[in-house]
Amino acid sequence: MNTLSIQQLRCHHIGPIDLNVAAGQYVSFSGPSGAGKSILLKAIIDLIPNSGEVSFNGQRREHMRASQWRQQVGLLPAESFWWCNQVGDHFPELNEQQLKWFSQLGFDKQVLGWDVLRCSTGERQRLSLLRLLCHGPKALLLDEPTANLDKTNTENVEQIIQSYVQEQHCPVIWISHDPIQIKRIASQHYILEQDGQLQKEAA
Amino acid sequence: MNVIPLSVTDLAVAAALVVLLAMLSMAMQLGLGKRIIIAAIRTTVQLLLIGMVLKTLFDRAHPGWVLLLAIIMLSVAGYEVMARQKHRFGGWWGYGLGTLSMFISSFTIAVFVLIAVINVEPWYTPQYAIPLLGMMLGNTMTGVALSLDRLTSGAYEKRGLIEAQLMLGYEWRPAIADIVRESVRVGLMPMINSMAAAGIVSLPGMMTGQILGGSPPMEAVKYQILIMFMIAAGTGFASMGATWLGARHLFDERQRLRLDRLKEGRT
Repeated sequence: MNTLSIQQLRCHHIGPIDLNVAAGQYVSFSGPSGAGKSILLKAIIDLIPNSGEVSFNGQRREHMRASQWRQQVGLLPAESFWWCNQVGDHFPELNEQQLKWFSQLGFDKQVLGWDVLRCSTGERQRLSLLRLLCHGPKALLLDEPTANLDKTNTENVEQIIQSYVQEQHCPVIWISHDPIQIKRIASQHYILEQDGQLQKEAA
Repeated sequence: MNVIPLSVTDLAVAAALVVLLAMLSMAMQLGLGKRIIIAAIRTTVQLLLIGMVLKTLFDRAHPGWVLLLAIIMLSVAGYEVMARQKHRFGGWWGYGLGTLSMFISSFTIAVFVLIAVINVEPWYTPQYAIPLLGMMLGNTMTGVALSLDRLTSGAYEKRGLIEAQLMLGYEWRPAIADIVRESVRVGLMPMINSMAAAGIVSLPGMMTGQILGGSPPMEAVKYQILIMFMIAAGTGFASMGATWLGARHLFDERQRLRLDRLKEGRT
């Protein structure tokens, strides 16, 4: 159940990639910059042209609308973009628990009225994670979710992701350049080489 | 009342003014001198040619010839729309998108007005059909070019914002809705402005021409109003159609933003 299964995925110079991520499992990617880690995640959510078979929870992505697929398999991009002026306009109706996530990441309710342009890079990164989680994805692809954060915020972000994953039984792919974080989080680690091949690292 | 005929000398005097302008701009190093002269020569040659074509056409009003001229006018307008875009669609789309929407809106409206409003017999009488279509196409072309340019540049510049919405599982339509709205708005603005300013700031060219040609002012005004409405409707529908089709073609069947379908234009 809730397994993210990738077979023979190819995109640009990347692949073929074969990978299974089970519910609640954390798989981490690292590798030289420019190897195409972000491209690989975009190919999985079918945001860029690619070939291969990807399915989630036994359902192949071709069998549903692309928008439906992306609602299930959520991608947190390394750089967050905001299409409205106010932070709150990017969120659906929020429930109690979701508001609690805001306070766990150091925001109060006021943040929804903030102007996006006035937020710092770190604030935007945390808000971008909240935005993704509030849309309720069932699998998480995270592109350096803590890259611009200090130690405390990194811990908070990891905690929120972990509780979300535990509750929703999400498979997780996590791109990180921090070996300590990788050791702390992931059960399997892969390196995406310059030639586009995914190499498994010994634990 | 008859038109006072213009002699070659009369036109030469007017041409001297343009040459003076070109020389002045060369002296000021605006880098426009050559372009002014070339544009002026193009105007002269193109208009003389069309004058001869129209003269022949008016002498024998065959629907086939009218249609042929109409198609040539449309093809050139389609090319102009494509050439004015910074990022345009590659392949047939680059040319076909603007041409198709102009064809549908300009031709339908022109034929409709000829048959149902002006009621000229036969409806393809070139004295009516060609100038009407020409004015329609000239204005529609501007509207469509502006709309498409804004659409493709908008998608190019805001690709991050569009993809961010797609990533969250939004459909392509809401993800590009703002850009679509803005594109149609930009395409319609010149036409709305010219309707609002007509008669006060500017005396429209066609009306002025008719008055110079000896028509009673009220008749000229009525025709001008008719033309303005035709242009408004034609430009509006064509801009909307082209923007909608273009926006659709920016995404593929998996709702991916396909900027690789655009290529860099000349300007």
